[in-house]
Amino acid sequence: MAPLATPARWLRRHLVVIAGLGTLGYLLLPNVVVTVFSFNKPNGRFNYQWQHFSTDAWTHPCGVADLCGSLSLSLRIAVWATLGATALGTAIAFALARHRFRARSSVSTLIFLPMAMPEVVMAASLATLFLNMGISFGFWTILIAHITFCLSFVVTAVKARVMSMDPRLEQAAQDLYASPLQTFLRVTLPIAAPGIAAGALLSFALSFDDFIITNFNAGSSVTFPMYVWGAAQRGTPVQINVIGTAMFATAVLCVLAGQLVGRRRKRS
Amino acid sequence: MTLTTTTGEPAVSDGATARRKKLVPYWLLIPGILWLLVFFAAPLVYQASTSLQTGSLEEGFKLTWHFGTYADALGEYYPQFLRSIGYATAATVLCLLLGYPLAYLIAFRAGRWRNLLMVLVIAPFFTSFLIRTLAWKTILSDGGIVVSTLGSLHVLGLTDALGLTEGHRVLATPLAVVCGLTYNFLPFMILPLYSSLERIDSRLHEAAGDLYARPLTTFRKVTFPLSMPGVVAGTLLTFIPAAGDYINAELLGSTDQKMIGNVIQSQFLRVLDYPTAAALSFILMAAILALVTLYIRKSGTEELV
Repeated sequence: MAPLATPARWLRRHLVVIAGLGTLGYLLLPNVVVTVFSFNKPNGRFNYQWQHFSTDAWTHPCGVADLCGSLSLSLRIAVWATLGATALGTAIAFALARHRFRARSSVSTLIFLPMAMPEVVMAASLATLFLNMGISFGFWTILIAHITFCLSFVVTAVKARVMSMDPRLEQAAQDLYASPLQTFLRVTLPIAAPGIAAGALLSFALSFDDFIITNFNAGSSVTFPMYVWGAAQRGTPVQINVIGTAMFATAVLCVLAGQLVGRRRKRS
Repeated sequence: MTLTTTTGEPAVSDGATARRKKLVPYWLLIPGILWLLVFFAAPLVYQASTSLQTGSLEEGFKLTWHFGTYADALGEYYPQFLRSIGYATAATVLCLLLGYPLAYLIAFRAGRWRNLLMVLVIAPFFTSFLIRTLAWKTILSDGGIVVSTLGSLHVLGLTDALGLTEGHRVLATPLAVVCGLTYNFLPFMILPLYSSLERIDSRLHEAAGDLYARPLTTFRKVTFPLSMPGVVAGTLLTFIPAAGDYINAELLGSTDQKMIGNVIQSQFLRVLDYPTAAALSFILMAAILALVTLYIRKSGTEELV
């Protein structure tokens, strides 16, 4: 009886671990496929079936027309959208977290709504506005759209950080004869910085990877996600997988390096 | 005008500085709020008016308060609406079932692996989600590992009979679309679940054990109720984007799996029938708002019981 019961008991005790790791596998499987197929040499136009091993795409990442142009457009838009959304959003977050004023709840609702709405609704309505105003679609309409949907996420991230901050720290600074500006620059801003950084990082990731809102507001401009979308119809170059793999590897390495540095700092 | 001196403010605050202080929040708010009013609220009003216009692309559209567009749109596209709600519900339930064990594992059982696991949950985000969705085309393809495994287990015959798959293939079927939706929105379920599980005091588990609760009872009576905020946030964050999504249906489905997002996209960008596109997105918004309100009310009362 006992030897039979042991594996069953082991299974029951580790059921959560097994199920959790299974989910993790489900989450990571596509990344594995993307990486493996970045070394493929497909026969036709589509890179869905394994043929031969090749490093061609890695040595010529810009070997297909328009791919790197779309990548640079996406990067430029992501940088400007991050700057714009972070500046506007941080100011709103400070007002909400630190001040009492009228129309507070309406402001909160206005911040919350863009996050609670399906992207396609926001995309279509903004495009309707541009169409009605006779504004031609391109870089600027994409940038405006991206700032609009990133804004709420910055507010949420920064507000959470400022709310959890001890207000006595600022009072202490003022008691020590710091001017309001000095208090803000030397005390408030450094403490809020992680929240602002989180909001900025989120904005960058959201903007760089956005497809639905961009699709409605881009006109003939092609960002990287739009290039991939078009490629899914015309034929998928292996270079797409190379860029996907490189992005994944860079992100994981950056995070791991950051954790290593943090751990070493804690030890010393 | 009132002179309110809160503690910590310099005692020498005269009328002018107090007044200036009162204006600070408004200066902080104006740029961002103006931005949202112009580029978020105004477009919604524009769209509401567009949905009531009639006309054609050549002659231009005029506001005629034509509510018939809503009835026509609903009459013609209700299958896509129902399908969107159905697929999004299925994906949300699957996300909860798959995401909960992983969030639980990271919160309570991971130990020193916790950070690494968190990184692995977030890392896929950094590869464009379109590339990752295209990878499912390879994974679910006819000669692929999923189809051959399911086929040899005779599961495909069953799913064929249920209408989830068709002709012993997975790609271009409801199963593929739901699988893609589940995959794409899973992190939005895991992160809020994790943050509410992580806050639970582990002494509560010990206390439940000391009171002779079996692990399953502890989970049912202590852990799960305390994680309800995460469950509610996670389901909303999954359901709302999934219901409006058109990427998974386009890349992994066929014409029989089109969702309402696909219809809005093609009406707006290809057919150029702006009133119908506007009416459809308003119906989608209203449906989601109604379902979400109902759900929040329901989960709120359940929490009290």
